[in-house]
Amino acid sequence: MNHWIIAPVILPALIAPIVGYVMRHDISLARIGSTIGTVLLVAIAAGLFWTASDGQIHVYRLGDWPAPFGIVLVLDQLSALMVLLTSVLALLVLIHAISTNWDQRGVHFHALFQFQLMGICGAFLTGDVFNLFVFFEVLLIASYGLMIHSGGKMRMRAGLQYVIMNLAGSTLFLFALGTLYASAGTLNIADLAVRLAEIPESEAGIVRVAAMLLMIVFAVKAALFPVQFWLPGAYSNAPAPVAALFAIMTKVGAYAILRVHTIVFGPEIAATEHMAGLWLFPAAIVTIAVGAIGVLGARRLLPLIAFSVLGSMGTLMIAISDFSPGATTAALYYLVHSTFAAAALFLVADLVVTRRPGDTLGTLPATVQNGLFAALFFAAAIGMAGMPPLSGFLGKLFVLDNLRVPEEMPWAWSAVLVGSLVTIVGFARAGSALFWKSTSFVLPENVVSEDEEEEETHITHEPARAWEVAPTMMAIGALAALSIFAGPAARYFEATSAQLFERSLYVGAVLENPEGLKPYPDAHGEDDGEAESHGTEEAESHGTAAADGEKEAH
Amino acid sequence: MELIVASAVGVLTAGGIYLMLRLRAFPVILGLALLSYAVNIFIFASGRLAVNMAPVLKYGEASYTDPLPQALVLTAIVISFGMTAVLVMIAIGAFLDSGTDKVNIADSDADVEDPVK
Repeated sequence: MNHWIIAPVILPALIAPIVGYVMRHDISLARIGSTIGTVLLVAIAAGLFWTASDGQIHVYRLGDWPAPFGIVLVLDQLSALMVLLTSVLALLVLIHAISTNWDQRGVHFHALFQFQLMGICGAFLTGDVFNLFVFFEVLLIASYGLMIHSGGKMRMRAGLQYVIMNLAGSTLFLFALGTLYASAGTLNIADLAVRLAEIPESEAGIVRVAAMLLMIVFAVKAALFPVQFWLPGAYSNAPAPVAALFAIMTKVGAYAILRVHTIVFGPEIAATEHMAGLWLFPAAIVTIAVGAIGVLGARRLLPLIAFSVLGSMGTLMIAISDFSPGATTAALYYLVHSTFAAAALFLVADLVVTRRPGDTLGTLPATVQNGLFAALFFAAAIGMAGMPPLSGFLGKLFVLDNLRVPEEMPWAWSAVLVGSLVTIVGFARAGSALFWKSTSFVLPENVVSEDEEEEETHITHEPARAWEVAPTMMAIGALAALSIFAGPAARYFEATSAQLFERSLYVGAVLENPEGLKPYPDAHGEDDGEAESHGTEEAESHGTAAADGEKEAH
Repeated sequence: MELIVASAVGVLTAGGIYLMLRLRAFPVILGLALLSYAVNIFIFASGRLAVNMAPVLKYGEASYTDPLPQALVLTAIVISFGMTAVLVMIAIGAFLDSGTDKVNIADSDADVEDPVK
């Protein structure tokens, strides 16, 4: 058993209390601790990515309990990809937060940041739906703290909304899990897949309810219409580096839909076969429309970016809603792209907004380094809107290319293409107001005071140092790399989605012997007989039976 | 017993949703608490309601109640407990910072400073 699989959960969980308790009084010590932790996480994630690329599914059994009894972590290509994406994004955001001193504007930034990473990595790695709920709560409770980091009137109110929204979502998650457990009697993802396949379609009403409830919960996280309304307020009022980290949070929802609705309620389960895609598709179309209209109508920079994130989630979910290996390959490519594009936009917006009084798109005098910021914003915006040469163009093309079913194609193509056009117009308008008109604008004396009161006194007029710009550039560089190495990346994503849709691989790896391993042995003393009755199996089966006996003895 | 448990879940959920829709911080917190009670009972019942049965698997017992939902409920209780505490603190912080306990943010609030004390 490869113990490194649990490292992405353990490492931040160890670093966070050390940073939070031991290093709390010394910001430079906390910075060093947090940076070391995140760099190690990147290294571990890269190692796991390399491990998973052999096409095997690696299972980590906590306490060595056999699968349906104990909790398992599952490392396949999809979870390895997501963990690597999280850690790289986290490193960029952390460098930005440190170099722009965002981490000093409140307490416990680094401890919360590490707890957030623990929750996200755990959610990507777990093979148990209830465990998924627990890791959702870990990442959410950390995100509540990060969301209201450094305080302020609007941020606190938006934070309250965000917390209430997510608590309601968590309650719904529990209702879904209760329903699922009542119908299937297990919450292990692989075990669920086996049990649900046995339920005849005529008796599967309650399973369908559970599937829909879970989809609504994940749609809340992924900000899908009609439960998308929390995102613009939360993202635009969060500290910008935190909003950049939140770019991965919506992807947690997308990942959960991809994982649960392919393996648990997947294509071979009669009861819930086409249900998820049927509902996701129209929701995704409307999400694109909401995002595009929001981008066009936004009067401030950060809500504009938040709405563009919403639009990108719509595009991603259109591809996911197809639930086919081809479209999922495109979805994975677009998922990686949109994470870095959203992060780049929020980071460059932070550089600009902290040098202006507020983030309104009204014309104000140009900031220092106007040309540099304009170039970065331009690059990130064309990435997000989907213009060549960056990966957004390839990503959207890839998504469209895989949606050729006659019933879907007109809706999907027109939504994505019109949405992209509107987004381009919105970004062009914002960019020209922020960077272009401002160059010839001189501020009248008396206008300054009112706006400056609103934002905290963090407005700086210093030119950005290299370290402050570097994370933005690296995020845009990731987009460029994704477009230069599109071929190898697409091949990897193809293998990933092929592995995801080969459900028996996952189920087989987790349960090892789905038929022979009974979740509830009938009576004591049958262990030996049970092990012998499956005489063809290797020694591991005996170990399993022994573990059963041991459990009963307790 | 099924009727009592089911109606308890239903009434708690209805009350919780009603209170959440009041859109003031304190009723919303109470509403979320009611919702979490409702869901705890719901999960507890998902292992089937049973009377006079062994609490966990025991030698020689033909039937036993499912112990897993009880473990799930414990986890859910602890989490909702912690989350409610965080929510109360954030609600107090938002009230002290902005002088209002309204949960919804009107467009006018977001763009213009209003001098509420």
